[in-house]
Amino acid sequence: MRGADYVIKRSVFALVTVWVAVTLNFILFRLLPGNSVSGLRCQACTPQFKEALIKEYGLDKSKWQQYVTYLGNLLHGDLGYSQYNNIPVWDAIKEPILNTLPMVLTGTLISVVLGVFCGILAAWRRGTLTADKVNTWTALAFYAAPTQWLGILVIFYLAANLGLPVAGIRSPDLGILSTPSTWEVVSDRARHLILPALTLGIGLYGEYAIVVRSSMLETLGEDYVLTARAKGLANWEIIWKHGLRNAMLPLVTLLALSVGYIVAGAIVVEDVFSYPGIGLATIDAIDHRDYAVLQGIFLVLTIAVIFSNFVADLLYFKLDPRVTT
Amino acid sequence: MSSGPPDQIVPLNEANVVVGPDAPAEITVRPRSLIRIVLLENRAAMIGTIILVITTLIAIFAGVLAPHSPTEQIGPVYAPPSSKWWLGLDDGGVDMLSQMIYGARISMIVGFAGAAVAMIIGGGVGIISGYFGGRTDIALMRVTDYFLVIPDVPLMIVFAAVFGRSLLNIIIIIGIIYWTSTARLIRAQVKSVRERVYVKRAQSLGAGHNRLIWKHVMPQVVPLLVANTVLTIATAIFAETYIAFLGLSDPTKSSWGRLIQNSLTGGAIFHNAWWAVVPPGLAVTVVILACTMIGQALEDALNPRLKVGHLSVRRFRVRPFSARLDTR
Repeated sequence: MRGADYVIKRSVFALVTVWVAVTLNFILFRLLPGNSVSGLRCQACTPQFKEALIKEYGLDKSKWQQYVTYLGNLLHGDLGYSQYNNIPVWDAIKEPILNTLPMVLTGTLISVVLGVFCGILAAWRRGTLTADKVNTWTALAFYAAPTQWLGILVIFYLAANLGLPVAGIRSPDLGILSTPSTWEVVSDRARHLILPALTLGIGLYGEYAIVVRSSMLETLGEDYVLTARAKGLANWEIIWKHGLRNAMLPLVTLLALSVGYIVAGAIVVEDVFSYPGIGLATIDAIDHRDYAVLQGIFLVLTIAVIFSNFVADLLYFKLDPRVTT
Repeated sequence: MSSGPPDQIVPLNEANVVVGPDAPAEITVRPRSLIRIVLLENRAAMIGTIILVITTLIAIFAGVLAPHSPTEQIGPVYAPPSSKWWLGLDDGGVDMLSQMIYGARISMIVGFAGAAVAMIIGGGVGIISGYFGGRTDIALMRVTDYFLVIPDVPLMIVFAAVFGRSLLNIIIIIGIIYWTSTARLIRAQVKSVRERVYVKRAQSLGAGHNRLIWKHVMPQVVPLLVANTVLTIATAIFAETYIAFLGLSDPTKSSWGRLIQNSLTGGAIFHNAWWAVVPPGLAVTVVILACTMIGQALEDALNPRLKVGHLSVRRFRVRPFSARLDTR
């Protein structure tokens, strides 16, 4: 019963947050001086043409009507048209999103594995110089470093040594001489993905390392760990079965909650590596002053983050029955 | 701070009801002295303070310290470090060291001013919310919750794209994006102070809201606000590098963030010019770590319940944790 209440409460909150974001989005872009038509500069842009466009976009109606139309369109999944090349916004951002997802997932995986490993090491060897102090501070330093700078360093110091491509998503010579096999396409894709994902991974693992370290420290002090030791369990068994299982709780929720950071990191990392994902689409939209696309991207990212926060709330509730709110 | 019965049972004898100029000094932790103790005792916090002070001094005296002009060409493109230019030259033949020194000025201005804006909004909302409680509290916390969930960087991009590229805009944008966790933290603190006996007593003796807030609540909140602001400085500097990197900062005001962008767009990688690539990011990292060391040490000392703050360098925007903190 309490569970149902909680789920309803969080869902309502998530929906209202989406509405707030949508409204904020609408207001912000209406604050722009002029409208999307007045900025047009072209040979054919006579005042009559502009007026027709204003009619077509419904810009002559009252703000309130525009707002209602905007909400209605969004409910139908209509994000409007790109002001740069006049294709539907959704079509303009669909492919970038699909490109971004595998890169971001790989990056997150790297950061979690690295974070859990360093966190466990630091907690197990607490107080030691290299395994704890140096390890933890390195993690913090990577976390404090601007992600785009880490990306540049990766290109600068790693890329040449590893022989991996540093730009784009596909080798230009792939498929010129012959039709590439599926394997070739996939491995080419993976090669392009590895450096951006690695950058994202080392830029974000610090947070997980710190969390795993502190919750492991807490867990390792518990009586049942002492019992496990007394039973003569191997170290890895104590860590894996008794320590990590409990330390996972904050990690799982933190992971869902850090989607905002991951998104932020992905935007700049893609810029560094010219990776044609959502981040590069954002930059293009900024450069072209394509506010419709920018608005669409903002909405999609916001909804993704709100959704993952919602998932985090539910997970937290499921994993920790003590949660009351 | 004393613990135990005396805090709960306070006999209202004559000695206790002295008001006016003869009122006895309050037995509370003096904010300034506590901050000083923490900074002197905690080695990490001390190192952090030294770094932050030095960087601030560099930012203030940039004009005196910079050996060359931060905009004019003084030698060949990407000349390596030498005795003439200690940190080499960039893609325009401009001295890197001078650019770093002047960049410190812009980065620190954004850091301090952005954090100040966030502190004013967040502190204000937190105090009002925590002090008055009830419907005001619910309404303000709802707003805070919504802002907390909306992702910061995309919102920042939209703000910056809409309002245009100027230093002031960036400061305001950073301020209005990062006030939320300050508001939550301060609210929790104000709520607990509000429940303390001496505040209740002052209220029943007829002290008005103004007096209560400024005389009794503020002294207990300000140190925490300071600690939180130091952490926000880090966030602001970090956020600025993102904005600059996306080309949304003022092009005439070169910050560390812009230098990072410049190292990529200027082709420093292909010229193998580490001196143009490494310093700006390193400076940002060091300053952020310094702020974290200070802020974390202060927060831990002021409010041991908030140890969760350790969770992140940038911010603990981890809602379930902060929600839990409130209910405890």
